[in-house]
Amino acid sequence: MAEHLHKLEIFRGLIKFKSNQQKIWGVLIFLSIVTGIEVSLGINKPEILLNKFLGLKLLNWIFIIMTLIKAYYITWDFMHMRDEKPFLKNSIVVPLLILIPFLVFILLIEGSYIFDVMLGGFKSWNF
Amino acid sequence: MQASSAISNTTTSGSWGGGSKPLVAGYGKLMMWFFIVSDALTFGGFLVSYGFSRFKNIDSWPIADEVFTHFPFLHGIDAPMYYVALMTFILIFSSVTMVLAVDAGHHHNKNRVAFYMLLTIIGGAIFVGSQAWEWKNFIKGEYGAVQVQSGKILQFYDLEKNKRIPIDEFAVSLTQERYTHDDNVGLWYVEESKLPEITLDEVLAGFNRNLNITVRLEAIDDKGKKIILDRQEAEVAINSATRVVKGANLYRNEYGNPLFADFFFFITGFHGFHVFSGVVINIIIFINVLLGTYERRGHYDMVEKVGLYWHFVDLVWVFVFTFFYLI
Repeated sequence: MAEHLHKLEIFRGLIKFKSNQQKIWGVLIFLSIVTGIEVSLGINKPEILLNKFLGLKLLNWIFIIMTLIKAYYITWDFMHMRDEKPFLKNSIVVPLLILIPFLVFILLIEGSYIFDVMLGGFKSWNF
Repeated sequence: MQASSAISNTTTSGSWGGGSKPLVAGYGKLMMWFFIVSDALTFGGFLVSYGFSRFKNIDSWPIADEVFTHFPFLHGIDAPMYYVALMTFILIFSSVTMVLAVDAGHHHNKNRVAFYMLLTIIGGAIFVGSQAWEWKNFIKGEYGAVQVQSGKILQFYDLEKNKRIPIDEFAVSLTQERYTHDDNVGLWYVEESKLPEITLDEVLAGFNRNLNITVRLEAIDDKGKKIILDRQEAEVAINSATRVVKGANLYRNEYGNPLFADFFFFITGFHGFHVFSGVVINIIIFINVLLGTYERRGHYDMVEKVGLYWHFVDLVWVFVFTFFYLI
């Protein structure tokens, strides 16, 4: 069974579970809390969070950060990435961490540029 | 004899001879991970192109929690996003049962693997069914709207009640001379798509009769709310109306920008197809577990591989949920 030993700590060792099953339920509770907060923020939309920060509403930044946190725990605990060798971890995560932000950067800047051209150009766009 | 065994030794024990696991992960599991990387890039591309279209139309994009307001068995009650949140929870929960099945597989507990696989399959099926129900509501539409010459959508708003009003509530029914062309009574080589139940003339007549009805634009203000015109402006705006729009298809929808519906169908459809194929693969593995295939093989690695795929589908939904429904 040595092959199936799991690391049972989450939150950098703040919580240590006794068994793998217990850890799974713990992570589920954590993910449910995060989803619950997301949904209640999405329905209520507090006025103060509608202010903009770096081109996006604060609320949207919170959603994106919470989503990334959820993604981390799904990959690390449900997909057992925590128990893999560092080389395997990196070969999965690093390409995604390089390519997707690159794509986001290029396309979102381009999208808002096209918006500006449509809005302030000399031609009236009627389509 | 001596020489040939020496040769076979060098070919099997070297790094290229196979059989060694430098990453302590089996071949199948490693390949599943690399498939997941490529699939993540595909979904990343889809979601980023959604972001591109949204940034391009940042001042007129539909507001998602006005669109997805339905909950089963609660007709007419405005329940923004509750059902999608429930679907998200169901999918996360089926992910949990999957990881419990993997865990039971590590302990070679056949019955518990089968039990948790079954729960996972049920969760996945509920999710796909919910997705279909969402599509049905989205396609059918609720309020209806008119499209003007520029292609923009005008929705109707009741100034007295301070809420949106469906077109069938105020449209005046007029006697119609025009019927949908049918090829068994007309020209057999001509086809016509179904005429709308409420015609543009009926909507316009109702609009002219009820002075408290005005128009809601696609455009949004600084606070992120849709702009509502006053009555005089609305009468001008509606002059260029060309057709009634109810529900959604790939060309136009009552919610606003056609791209919104296109991306909805494409991204949730592609994800729903992943869930569907995941359920099918889960069923195959479930049957194999029942038959004892993995018991005889000595390990439950297949359950772990399909588990990775299933968690990935859950992971993608977390992102789709955020970018399509929350933001």
